[in-house]
Amino acid sequence: MNSILDVAAIKRDFPIFSQEMRGGKRLVFLDSGATSQKPIQVMDAERNFYSTNNAAVHRGSYLLAERASEAFEGARDRVAQFIGAQSHEIVFTKSATESLNLLAVSLERTTGSLQVSEGDEIVVSELEHHANLIPWQELAKRTGAVLKWFEMNEDGSLNLSKIDQIITSKCKVVAITHQSNVLGSVPDIAPIIAAAHAVGALFVLDGCQSVPHQPVNVQALDVDFLVFSGHKALGPTGIGVLWGRQELLSQMEPFLYGGSMIETVTMTDSTWAEAPKRFEAGVPNMAQAVGLAAALDYLDVVGLSKIHQWELHLTNLALKGLKEIDGVKVIGPQGLENRGGVISFTIAGLHPHDIGQVMDQYGVAVRTGHHCAWPLIRKLGLTGTTRASFYLYNDESDVEVFLESVAGARDYFGNR
Amino acid sequence: MELDSLYQEVILDHYKKPHHKGLPVGELQVHHVNPNCGDEITLSLAIKNGKVEDLIWDGVGCSISQASASIMSDLVSGKSVESARVVLQEFTELMQSKGTISGDEEILEDAIALAGVSKFPARVKCALLSWMAFKDAAIQNGAEL
Repeated sequence: MNSILDVAAIKRDFPIFSQEMRGGKRLVFLDSGATSQKPIQVMDAERNFYSTNNAAVHRGSYLLAERASEAFEGARDRVAQFIGAQSHEIVFTKSATESLNLLAVSLERTTGSLQVSEGDEIVVSELEHHANLIPWQELAKRTGAVLKWFEMNEDGSLNLSKIDQIITSKCKVVAITHQSNVLGSVPDIAPIIAAAHAVGALFVLDGCQSVPHQPVNVQALDVDFLVFSGHKALGPTGIGVLWGRQELLSQMEPFLYGGSMIETVTMTDSTWAEAPKRFEAGVPNMAQAVGLAAALDYLDVVGLSKIHQWELHLTNLALKGLKEIDGVKVIGPQGLENRGGVISFTIAGLHPHDIGQVMDQYGVAVRTGHHCAWPLIRKLGLTGTTRASFYLYNDESDVEVFLESVAGARDYFGNR
Repeated sequence: MELDSLYQEVILDHYKKPHHKGLPVGELQVHHVNPNCGDEITLSLAIKNGKVEDLIWDGVGCSISQASASIMSDLVSGKSVESARVVLQEFTELMQSKGTISGDEEILEDAIALAGVSKFPARVKCALLSWMAFKDAAIQNGAEL
């Protein structure tokens, strides 16, 4: 399977792997679900922006301002191309979290058919990360709308048996994840999208765990909004994306007010610029947008289909290995069907924090706890899990060290 | 192994058989959580004649948080509010020391085994969770800590 990706060559692009961890161990980074490492190309793109093009975008008439604007708008074009969208449908935010908050606030402020108000229904699922739950909870509280949700099955899929009761004619917006950040399970969103559209509701897709790992095309998915973060896709922190259909964004009220997002301003009133500028108040995170464009270039050169295939190969090896370690239980989907490159597991009698601490001694970086999806963890009757998530810079030897460290954690506490 | 400085035998003993663990009673129960990892503790106590009495706690969490709660409850139960204050201060300083101090064993007794935690910043909150719950409960019961 080494032919899928040349991981050794990829790893050389990521400076972080050249250092030693505790006890002189090499880094086995299995926490890309939280944030990815960055290739030198991304850091160079940011440095280059600051070194040669830095000026506030969309303002000055001087050469640097032109270059900065060109670089920033070029990044927007790059993001659009990456997800099969139009450039003017791409809004840069500081994070996917901000993208979701922007939507929840804007849909409250926008008058007309898009407005969420008292008696309307908002639908989420038990799989959601806090970022795709709390903004909607709060929107419901502010407006008197009703929050409803799809329940999760034990295998991490969604229970769609009551879809007609959950998505009704009162439904205004449905916000669901493309892939669980905890379990790696991929919910069957097609029937949910169809049900939402059948009642005239908007469908918001949380692509944080999918866009960096597999080809995602917004036209093919037939969703209305997509959010994802740059830092999980090899890009810098401080840059997130909101994609929305142009006819929707053009009707929607702003989230933040200030410079850049206006058309005219008097002492008493203001009018708004066209989307996407309307949603980008203040000097944006320019260097980070440019860095994200470089990250997407990197992912496209390697190939997202290959990355996805490689992650599933590593996941398969890890799942098989975990099942051979006594006391280890894989949580959520047990096989490769309807899952991405994420595995959550528990070890009988051990707390995830303690497991992660021992794994750290092997140089293995994993996430422990509730993974910002506390309702999901509670539903499973757990206090937390240990999670490994794979990316393009992981290889089979990483899986070996991972398995060794899991067995090591079990033995460390089991033998004392 | 560096890990052994963190997971000392006495910590694992307290983890396996925690002291003063049970169902907190009365109206005045404090509930503290560590939102980073979801660890929780509920604790109740009484202040009688200037002493900490009837301390009982329940909770879920890692070995460090559970052992720390057990050790803390041993150290303050039946002690005067003043000695509890001294222990609390000594322990808090030790946890925040990043490994630069070793702590006073005369004061900290079993809690000295948690000294290694201060070298693992991510775990300091685990160790302090129950101590902060104790502090909160004692203050709510009128103690001056």
